[in-house]
Amino acid sequence: MDLENQRRVLEFSEQYGAENVVVLLGAAEGEAAGLAAETVTLGDPTWAGPLAGVSLGLSVFHICEPEVKAEIDPDVYDEQISMMEMVLDVDDICNEMNAIRDQL
Amino acid sequence: MADYSVIKASSYVLAHTPDMVIHNGTTQTTEMVVNPDSDYLKELPGHLRSYEDCLSYIPNQAYIGNVTNDELRAVEFPYYDKKASEPLRDGKYGEIMPEDEFYGLMQICDVFDLVLLEKEFAASVKAKLSAWGMLKEEQLSVLDKNQWDEEALSKLVNEEHAEGLYLNFKLVGCVKRAHDVDVNLSAHTMLENIVSKTSSVQAILNLIRKTGTDPESIDYVIDCCEEACGDMNQRGGGNFAKAAAEVAGLVNATGSDTRGFCAGPAHAILNAASLVKAGTFKSVLVTAGGCTAKLGMNGKDHVRKGLPILEDCIAGFTVLITENDGVNPIIRNDIVGRHCVGTGSAPQNVIGSLVTDPLDRAGLKVTDVDKFAPELQNPDITKPAGAGDVPEANFKMIGALAVKRGDIERTELPAFIKEHGLVGWAPTQGHIPSGVPFMGPMRDMILEGRMSRGMVIGKGSLFLGRMTNLFDGVSFVVEANPGKTEEASGTAAPAVSEEQIKALIAQSMRDFAESLLK
Repeated sequence: MDLENQRRVLEFSEQYGAENVVVLLGAAEGEAAGLAAETVTLGDPTWAGPLAGVSLGLSVFHICEPEVKAEIDPDVYDEQISMMEMVLDVDDICNEMNAIRDQL
Repeated sequence: MADYSVIKASSYVLAHTPDMVIHNGTTQTTEMVVNPDSDYLKELPGHLRSYEDCLSYIPNQAYIGNVTNDELRAVEFPYYDKKASEPLRDGKYGEIMPEDEFYGLMQICDVFDLVLLEKEFAASVKAKLSAWGMLKEEQLSVLDKNQWDEEALSKLVNEEHAEGLYLNFKLVGCVKRAHDVDVNLSAHTMLENIVSKTSSVQAILNLIRKTGTDPESIDYVIDCCEEACGDMNQRGGGNFAKAAAEVAGLVNATGSDTRGFCAGPAHAILNAASLVKAGTFKSVLVTAGGCTAKLGMNGKDHVRKGLPILEDCIAGFTVLITENDGVNPIIRNDIVGRHCVGTGSAPQNVIGSLVTDPLDRAGLKVTDVDKFAPELQNPDITKPAGAGDVPEANFKMIGALAVKRGDIERTELPAFIKEHGLVGWAPTQGHIPSGVPFMGPMRDMILEGRMSRGMVIGKGSLFLGRMTNLFDGVSFVVEANPGKTEEASGTAAPAVSEEQIKALIAQSMRDFAESLLK
């Protein structure tokens, strides 16, 4: 995850409390989604950014996961996300996200 | 209205710079600061490729025009463990230069005596660049002035903030700082800018030699790289375009720089096409050199997965745009897509604004475009880094939008991606892969009758500059040349005769008179 984004996630979790922050990802690949999810939960696996060694344990989802989709107005989802849903390997992304969450 | 402009020629060059990966790539320089004893830095040298391996890398041969996209598609993925059957330095569109010659060319492109080379190294490079045959004797003689030994160079690097130039891990030169306080003229910045200028010059010289273009025929140059040159009072003052034109001998040209992150080249081509169509200039050269910072950008993932460092080349390109010659493909600067301020960032909106909106305005379907050229990054580089196959993702998005609009059935999506898409081959040098690597092959395919219409799509991540959260993009259509119009050629048959126009006017006046009587 981009170092600047790591810094912003860290600041938000300090400002609002980790239990009040949900991270919503839009990564196009399962692996990239998993890495970002790992960064905001267990810590930066690359040990390069502000979240290196910092386990925030934040709630994290990908926009294409069914739990998130169920929360969004179907018309808005169709307009904003449906095309990408057709393009992405949603199963792979969900598997990666679940694998990270299972470690918490 | 003047005729459309045409794609007259293009060139694509690489310079293999493995030592610069270590010393100038930001992934590595950042690691040296935050984690200097890291395993990555220790393992990195063992993953650098030789020049011969760089030549035999099939996507590199594709970039310089020796391997077609269909031939690359036939290679089983991944590419890094395959070898090109003919690992050539020279290609149809350009060449792959070795690191030592590139350092020599850097010194020839430096007009402020900032690049210094070790004496014997400079002599050996002079012989090679002389054999290269693209430089004048007076330019080559610049290499004679080097009286430096390794000790003197080390002193400059260690005590005077110079940036070292290394060959096979040995110090063979340096780039001095151009000011003792101004960070915009630091050795780091000067090295980045001189490398960009040098690779731009390399691309221009290749264009001149390989296409027989008269350097004196070029009126204007637009540089669209991602660097900025200037000093503390005008940090991005410019201009790379004129600086490169000077070295390349474009004596009748002036120029300017256009920027837009990775979308820069598409903006620059549009500017050039419009300048020519407007009649402002007859011949405009769009050029860009490469970027040291991005060398080894995904190196950590490549090393972790046992791959060679695949981002070991500085890249450059040029596209020459001239007035209509009745032969070369035309740039339809009236079929242009724009990601506007109000477009929004949802992928649907982005692809809609860049692909379907301009096609709709022109009465065309998505399937009327034979080939799309969005970001064309080599997936061999991006996939191991978790960024996926970028070109394929773009073609899937275009296809998915075509499905949503009813242009194609969902079951046709895989066939659409293959038929209207390309497999990626371009180095991940930011602005380099953004559509333009296809302009050379597309020109050839159109001239050979293998396609008649293509769309180039440039997209840029403006938010990286922290001035806006917006993203950007522009696109344009290229078509087979239908021949000159009457105005342009003075000989071709007019589409509508003078008699027909008189009859149309007379009919309109009759209709108008009748409407007054009603």
